[in-house]
Amino acid sequence: MKQLYYKVDKCLGCKSCEIACVVAHSESGDLIKALKEAVSALPRKKVFTSGKKNYPVSCRHCKDALCVEACMAAALSYNKEKGLVEHDESRCVGCWMCVMACPYGAIRPNLKAKIPVRCDKCKDKDEPACVKACPTGAIIWQEEIPVDAKK
Amino acid sequence: MSNIEQKSIDPATQEALRKAEAENIKTSWDRLEAQEPQCGFGQLGACCTVCAMGPCRIDPFGEGAQVGVCGASVDTIAARNFARKVAVGASAHSDHGRDVAHTLSLLAQRLKSEPKKDTGHHHDYEILDAEKFKAIAQELGIDSSKSVEQVAKELAEKLLGEFGRQEGALFFSKRAPKKRQELWKRLNITPRGIDREIVELLHTTHMGVDCDYKNIITNSMRCALSDGWGGSMVATELQDIILGSPVPVQGKVNLGVLKEDYVNIVVHGHEPILSEMAVKASQDPELVALAKSKGAEGINLAGICCTANEVLMRHGISVAGNFLQQELAIVTGAVEVMMVDVQCIMPALNEVANCFHTKLITTNPKARFPGVIHVEFEPKRAYEIAKEIIKCGVENFSNRNKSRVDIPKHEMDLVAGFTKEIVFQILGGRYRATYKPLNEAIISGRLRGLAGVVGCNNAKQTHDYFHTAVVKELIKNDVLVLQTGCSAIACAKQGLLIPEAAKTYAGKGLQEICEAVGIPPVLHLGSCVDNSRILTAAAYVIEEGGLGQDISDLPAAGCAPEWMSEKAVSIGLYFVASGVYTVFGSTPFATLGSKNLTDYLTRDLEGVVGGRFEFCDDPMKMAELMIAHIDKKRKALNLKPVMHK
Repeated sequence: MKQLYYKVDKCLGCKSCEIACVVAHSESGDLIKALKEAVSALPRKKVFTSGKKNYPVSCRHCKDALCVEACMAAALSYNKEKGLVEHDESRCVGCWMCVMACPYGAIRPNLKAKIPVRCDKCKDKDEPACVKACPTGAIIWQEEIPVDAKK
Repeated sequence: MSNIEQKSIDPATQEALRKAEAENIKTSWDRLEAQEPQCGFGQLGACCTVCAMGPCRIDPFGEGAQVGVCGASVDTIAARNFARKVAVGASAHSDHGRDVAHTLSLLAQRLKSEPKKDTGHHHDYEILDAEKFKAIAQELGIDSSKSVEQVAKELAEKLLGEFGRQEGALFFSKRAPKKRQELWKRLNITPRGIDREIVELLHTTHMGVDCDYKNIITNSMRCALSDGWGGSMVATELQDIILGSPVPVQGKVNLGVLKEDYVNIVVHGHEPILSEMAVKASQDPELVALAKSKGAEGINLAGICCTANEVLMRHGISVAGNFLQQELAIVTGAVEVMMVDVQCIMPALNEVANCFHTKLITTNPKARFPGVIHVEFEPKRAYEIAKEIIKCGVENFSNRNKSRVDIPKHEMDLVAGFTKEIVFQILGGRYRATYKPLNEAIISGRLRGLAGVVGCNNAKQTHDYFHTAVVKELIKNDVLVLQTGCSAIACAKQGLLIPEAAKTYAGKGLQEICEAVGIPPVLHLGSCVDNSRILTAAAYVIEEGGLGQDISDLPAAGCAPEWMSEKAVSIGLYFVASGVYTVFGSTPFATLGSKNLTDYLTRDLEGVVGGRFEFCDDPMKMAELMIAHIDKKRKALNLKPVMHK
C-alpha cells in the first residue's frame, strides 16, 4: 500500500502540485481546457508555509479517521486494502462536518459543486499527479512505513 | 526515448534519433521529457518576477491570490510578460540589422582606400546589388549620383540613424499603404526609432509603470512594427546590397546533404555576414587541396536554421536541417566543424559535439559557450577568419571515427531565392516587372489568396508535421504560400518547394499559375528577418490596385504553426499590427491565464488594427480558419467566386 510522503526541505513552494491536482481532477485533464470548465475543480492539495519551510498538505488517509466518524450520511468509509478514505458522492449531503473534523485541514469544501474534496491518491492512475508534477522530487510515493507507536 | 514517429514526421530525423538513442545521446526531446510536467503558472503567463516583492503567482482557478503584492492583476502580469517577449524578439532582429548596417559603414570607409593586395578588392564585402543600392539610396532621399563611397557612407549613416532616431517615422514604415500609415498615426503606434521603441516598451513593464493591458499591447505593437518595418527590413535590404539579392536557385535539403567522403562544415544561426565568407573560403583552392591531402574528396558546406536560408538563397548551399535538427547533424558523426553565430543555437550543442570529434566554434561576441573554441568575427578580416575556421574543420577530418558515421540517406530538391522584386520579374517579365498578374489571379478567383507560413520548430509538437499539414491544405485550396525560416525548410524536406509539387498537391487554379510561370506552389523568401519581404510584397500588392486600400483588406493570412521563440512573438505581432489575421499553433501564447488579454489579442484587436491572433492546435483547423478568413476578405472586396472548388 503506497502513501504520499514529503521531503519538506526540498519543497520550493512553486505550487505545481496544486495545478497538477486541479488538472488531474478536471473533466478534460488539460490545463488550458480546465480553465474554461463550468464547475472548476479545486486543488486537493495545498502548499502552506510555516517559518522557512513549505508544507504540501493533503489527506493523510488516517486509519482511525475523525472525518469518517463525523460523517452523518455514511458517505465516508475507510478502505483497508487500499489504505484510502473513500467518499461516496451519491450519499454526501454537503454538511461540511468532515471539513470541520479534519485536524489537518486537508478536506476542502467545493462550494460550487456542494461536495467536499480531498486527495484520492489519483486512484485510477499508477502515480498521483502531484508526484509527477513536483520539479524537485519533494513529493514521494512509496510503500507505507509503519510507525512504531511505542517510540 | 520511444515513439520516434510521434517526435518527427521527417524520416531523416527519425533515423538520426534512433542513432542518438542507441548511443545514449540526449536530444531536445529527452530534455523535454525531463522537464515535464512544465509549470502551469508559466504556461499561463500568471507568474510575475518583475520585482523583488515577488515572485507572485495568480491562481488561475480563481480561489487563491488574484493580484500580486503590488496589486498587479493577471491581465497586467500576462501583458507585461508578453511585452517583454516582444521587446526581446524585436531586439534580436534589430541588432542583426544594426550589424549589417555597421558592415556597410566599414565598407564605405574602405572604398576610399587602396584595394587590398591579395584580392584586389577594397574590402571582403562589396556592393553586390548596385541596382538595389541605388534604389534604396533614392528612397531615403540620398543623391545617388554621388560617388559610390559617398552614397554608401550616407546610406549606412541614415540607416544606423534609424536605431537612435527619437521622433518622426522610420523610413521603411513609409512603404506601408497610406491607409495603414494613417491608422498607425491615429493609434500613435507609428514606429519612431528602433532602439527607442524597445527601450520604451521595456520601461513600461518595470514595476509600477503601465498596468493597463490594452495600453501595454498598444506599446508592444509599436515596438513590433519597429522590428518588421525597421530592424528586420534594414537587415534584409542591406544584406541584399552587400551580399547580393537572391534569385531563384536550386538546392538540396535534409541531413542527407552531409557527405561521407567530404569535410563537412555546418553553419548555424542567423547572421549571414560571416557565413557568406565561409561559402567563399570553402571553395578556396588552398583549403580544398589541404582537404584532399587529408583524404577527403573536398569541402562540403551545409547550413542549419536561418544562416542556412541566407546562404541557400544566395548560393544554393545545401540545408542540413531546421531548428530541431541542429543536434542531429552532429549525431551523424560526419560534421567536422559547426560554426555558429547568434540566435536559436541550443546550449546543448556543446555536449553533443563532445560525444564526437565535431568542433563547435562560436564567432560572435554576443553568443559564447563555456569551454568552446571562440574565433571572433571582425568584418575587416572576414575572409581570413572564415578561412581559419574552415581550416580547423579540414584538419579535424582525420579525427573522424568512420565507424560511427551514419548519415540518413534522405535529401530533397528545392527551389528558393524568391524576393519581392523577383516575384515582380517572374510574373511580369524582366522588362515589364509588375504585380499585376498576381493581383489579377486573385481578383479572377484563380488564386484564392495569399498565406505567409513561417516560424520555428517546437519539441512539444511532432516536428515538421504542423508546417507541412497546414501548407498542403492551403495550396490544395489555391492559396499561394510564402515561407521563411524553419517552416520553409520543413516544407522543402517534404518536397513542396519544387515546381512539380504543384501537380501533386496544389488546387487547379494554383496549379495553372505554377505551370504557366514555372514556380513552386510554395515560395521560399528567406530567413526570419526576411519576413519583412512579405510585408513589402503585401504593400506592393495593395499599390498595384484592385485588392483594397490596406493590408487588412487583402485575402491573406499568416501562420506560425510550430513557433517557440520570442522573435516569433514579435513577428506575429508586427503582422497583426500591419492588419494580418495570424494563427499561432499549437502552443498558445503564455497569456491564457488572463481571459481579458487573450480575448483582446484574439478578438478585439481586429477592431483596432484590422488583424488579430488566433490560437489553434490542429493543423487542419488552422488551414480551415485561414481559408475562411481569406474567403471573408474576398467577399468584402466583392471578388468573383473562386474558380475551382
